[in-house]
Order: sequence, then structure tokens, then C-alpha cells
Amino acid sequence: MKIQEVDARAIFAKYGLPVPSSRLVKNAEDARKAAEEIGCPVVVKAQVLVGGRGKAGGVKLAATCDEAAVKAKAILGMDIKGITVEKVLIARAVDISEEFYVGMVIDRRSRKPLMMVSPAGGIDIEEVARTSPEKILKVVIDPAFGIMQFQLRRMTSALSADKEIAKKVGGILASLYRAFMAVDASLAEINPLVVTPTGEIWAIDAKIVIDDSSLYRQKDAAGLRDESAEERGEVEAREAGLSFVKLDGSIGCIVNGAGLAMATMDMIKHFGGEPANFLDIGGSSSPDKVIAAIKIILRDRNVKTILINIFGGITRCDDVALGLIEAKKQLGLDIPLVVRLTGTNEDRAREILKGTALIPAATMEEGVKRAIKAAS
Amino acid sequence: MSILVDEKTRVIVQGITGRDGAFHTSQMIAYGTKVVGGVTPGKGGQKTADGVSIFDTMAEAVAETAANTSVVYVPAAFATDAICEAADAGVKLVVCITEGVPVLDTVRVLPYLRERGARLIGPNCPGIISPGKCKVGIMPGAIHMRGAIGVVSRSGTLTYEVVDHLTKSGFGQSSCLGIGGDPIVGTNILDALELFAHDDETDCVVLIGEIGGSDEEEAAAVIAKGYPKKVAAFIAGQAAPPGKRMGHAGAIVTGGTGTAAEKIAAFRAVGVDVAAIPSEIVDLVKHLVPSRGAKGARRGA
Repeated sequence: MKIQEVDARAIFAKYGLPVPSSRLVKNAEDARKAAEEIGCPVVVKAQVLVGGRGKAGGVKLAATCDEAAVKAKAILGMDIKGITVEKVLIARAVDISEEFYVGMVIDRRSRKPLMMVSPAGGIDIEEVARTSPEKILKVVIDPAFGIMQFQLRRMTSALSADKEIAKKVGGILASLYRAFMAVDASLAEINPLVVTPTGEIWAIDAKIVIDDSSLYRQKDAAGLRDESAEERGEVEAREAGLSFVKLDGSIGCIVNGAGLAMATMDMIKHFGGEPANFLDIGGSSSPDKVIAAIKIILRDRNVKTILINIFGGITRCDDVALGLIEAKKQLGLDIPLVVRLTGTNEDRAREILKGTALIPAATMEEGVKRAIKAAS
Repeated sequence: MSILVDEKTRVIVQGITGRDGAFHTSQMIAYGTKVVGGVTPGKGGQKTADGVSIFDTMAEAVAETAANTSVVYVPAAFATDAICEAADAGVKLVVCITEGVPVLDTVRVLPYLRERGARLIGPNCPGIISPGKCKVGIMPGAIHMRGAIGVVSRSGTLTYEVVDHLTKSGFGQSSCLGIGGDPIVGTNILDALELFAHDDETDCVVLIGEIGGSDEEEAAAVIAKGYPKKVAAFIAGQAAPPGKRMGHAGAIVTGGTGTAAEKIAAFRAVGVDVAAIPSEIVDLVKHLVPSRGAKGARRGA
């Protein structure tokens, strides 16, 4: 789960990272007041959960309080990658003489937390990784020991030759590690961590992604979910226990299992169609889940047909069939449904669906081809 | 042979009285798996409907039954404890079916298991089956057939889809291992390749990968150095948009890496054919081990 910069800054501050003071505002007048309280110059930053907001014009420097109001007004309501900016952060601006990148992820290869630092901060770290990977130092951290002194020394000496700065940065890296572990993050990033001409150090941006699986115990973080930044269907799907991602095509998909759901989308493309979504109804799927899935898919006006592709293991085909019958009744479906049901209780499902207008398919390929035909 | 589970596997089910645990215990027994006990704290001394003895702790269960394997169906909040309890009790293979285990918990349990000489499969996985011998997990047993194809996959139902095609075409399987869809798993694709490399019964490995991470690219590098078995692959997620998690916690393209296109290119560069659609796996396997369809059928029983 991605959280907003304002929330990530609060978490960083709680763990002792140096974060310049800031206020979250929703209109130009409040932006002016915030700038007055904080003291100019300030940075006005769009709070949206997408990357590249700086390039999109969503981050502006304001030298005066009036300018802060003007810039806030320009950014509020702006569309950044399909998301309307509803809130901006007014943050104290600091002078920059050096910019570092500091980040943490869980490394799949070592199966441990990994800290990455680079003296080439302030720009897209993926770009640095592509063009000059030697500028990124990666350190695997053993959670049994935590971040060790020698590791801190290695990283800080890679960032700065100045002993005072290195010492301060070391403390910041240790705090970042503590914050990462404490909130069950899957990513925590400061880009950039800046050094001012007078030798102060500030984390002027903050990004945290929290592991969805930890939300049951990260109660504070669970409240930070920003649904305004999500597609409506994705929010509803999560509430219904489904996994859904909207795409742009015309063939809706309902599949059990993430891998099979991806393979279904791939196959639709392979045979010349366009999938409208990724949707995994999960393992033990009740008829209710099927109904919820169809409702979510039907909200998309581009959808001309729905393909149901089930390989029943835990999922029982008869449950899915009952859900389809019920959905047809409740929703007055007028678009074709192509149904492929294989596995547990498939015979019973076939009985249930006999005599309905559903288009049966014996295999995944047949189902995909029929759905493409029905959508064209 | 086969890998990790066979006739000698003696299984304890952790969370045996839960809905999923109870259902799949029956299914495993029906398949022929030796389920020698179950654990549900507080229900020790009772028996399940299948007549399986229930214990309060793994230590007791292992002491009483000489179990060597456990399968975990307990809810995510308790899964870490269950996995460690199994390893502490001396079980050497722990299969965690549970979905939604915090990633940092998996990170923390792996060294604990390694110290005790135990292996983890999963979490968030369908488990492992050696057809005709033993099934530890939730896959439908009936679609499998004993034979010479080793299957390793990050997915559940997609694996069933591929296995179904293999079986219907006469290609039985030595073992099918679902490693799980989480970013960090106890046994990854590289570990599986290593296991299949040393398995006499396996002639050809079918590798089912998906977007996210770099397991597949690393597998390609291992194969390039000389791998003793034939390999065919399928990669799911070519149509997946970047930055979106596709169901599995580990299935996400980040910063332009972990794409299906990169993985497919990595395999093709080292001479591993990649199927465009799941059924095409059969054609690739036929080409790699032409005699196996018949031989697999002979071995199958």
C-alpha cells in the first residue's frame, strides 16, 4: 500500500529523521497561511500517489507567501496521470549543496532487507541504476543484527568525504532502517536527502510503501490508505475480497488465481483481443464474489463481453455457476458471458448452466476465442 | 525418486481443525498421503473425522508420529509461529499454504529454519505433489500423473492448467512444486532447479514464471552454465501494466524491471523455449523429450 508523502514524512519524523516542517492544505488561502507559519521560501507539492509529479509540474518553489497561494491554486485541481490533485503540501524550502539518494527495499535475491545509497540523488534512481549502476551502493542487512557500524561506515563514506556530514548521515540511515522495520515497509525512500551549504541535512522527500499483508498489525498505517488515489473498481474489489486491476480493453475477465488471471489476459492479447481488466476471485469463491466481480466489471462501459475462466481446485465450479445465474437475474445482464469451468464439481456446474444463454467453452483457448468473437 | 516428498513423507497438518485444514486433510488422505497427525492448540487428544490424531503442540506430534513434514493452514497472523514451531520440533520440510504472511516475517523465519536444517515451501503456495506418491497441499490430485516432467511454478491454478495439458498428452510429472506468489519465499525457482537437477526421475523441467523479481533471469543464467535437464518455460503477465500488483504480492513490474518481455528474452537467449500460451508447453516438451510421452505412460500407475 502506497501512502502519501505527508504521511511518510510523519513516520520519518517520528523515527528521528530530519524532515522540514510542513502543512497539508486544500486551498490557496490555507496555502498562504501555511507559508506564513512555516516561513518562506516554501515548496508547494501535489499529494498524489504517482511517480513523476515533479516533471508533471506538481512541485513548485514559492519565494513569498503570495506566490505560495498562486502556486497552490495552479497545482490544486491539476490532473497528474489521471489523478486530480486535491491536496498540496506546503513545506519549508532548504538550500541545497548536495543531494543523496537513500532507500530501502526487501531484496528478493538475499531474502533480506537491502539499503541502497547513492551520491547521485534528486533524480530518478531507476535511471541511475540503468546508466551508472556503480554510483549505487547496496548493503544487505541481517535483521538478527540490525544495521551494523561497519555497514554505516561503508555507506556514509560512499556519500561524503566530510566527517561531520558522514556522521550525521550515519544516524539518519540507522533511523531509516528502524522506521522501515517498525512499519513493515516494503519500500522506504528519501530522494533526495540534502546537505545545505551550512552543513545541515534534511530529508526533503519521503516515500513509503507498506506491506499489505502487515496491515492487520499496522493499525496506524491501515488508516493511511488513500482511496481517492485509486480506481473506484479497485477499492470495491478490495472490499469484496477480490484482486482487480483495470485495463483499457473490451473483454472483461473473471478468473481464479493470479497466475491464471494473468495468463488469460495474455492469451486474449495473443489471439488479437484486448482485456478490460485483471480479476482474481481468489480460492474459496462464493456465489457472492462472482456477483461482486460482475458488478465491478460492468461499470466499465467499454466491456462488451465477460470471460469466466475457472480451473477449480479449492474453487468449486458449481459455486461459480450459481453466482453467474444469480448475477444474470439481479443485474439483468445484456452482454454475452463466455464460461469455461474445469475441475472441482464441473459436472454439477454444467447441469446448473444448462439451458441458459451463457456461452460454454471446454478449454481456456476456446473460451478466449469465443470471447474475442463476442466482443467484436 | 521425485523431489522433497514421496512414499516416505509423513505429514502433520498444522491448523487441522480449521475449514481449509480439515478439507484438505481429507483430500490429501484420499490421494494416499500419509497424514500421521494434526495440530490445533487446545484440541489435543481428539481425532478428526478422518481418524487423524490431534495434538496440542508440534513437539508432541513429532515425538508420537515420527513425522518429517508439516503443512501449515493456520491464519496469516499465526503462520510464522507455526512454521518456527514445526522446524523447532525437528520437521525438515514445512509447506506453508497460508496467504498474507507479512514479508518481513518470512524474512525472519528463513534463517531460523536454516539453522535447524529445515526447508520452507511458500508461503502463499499450493504446495507440492509427487504424483502417485504423495501430495502436500491444495492442488487437485486427479489432474496429475506420474512421469518424468518436473514442474516449478509461482502460481497455483495456472500450474493446474499446464499440468492438465501435460497429463492429457501423456506427459506425467515427477514432482510439481508451487513455490508461492510472495516476493520472498522459502524455496525459489533456483532452489527448485537445483533439486530437479539431482532427481533421476526428472528428464525435463517445466518452469512457470511470472512478472516481478528476477528469479527467471537468474534461472536463465544457471541454465546457460550447463543444466543437466531440458527446460521449457511459460511466463505470465505480458499484458500486465507496470506499477500494478497483479494479485500475487510478488507480481509487480517496478522501475521497468521484472517484465515478462525481459524474462522471455533471458530464456530465449540461453536456448530455453518459451510457450506463447499454456497449451503450447506440451509442444515444447514433445520436442525436448520425444520419447517421454510413452515412457511416462508406462511408469504411470
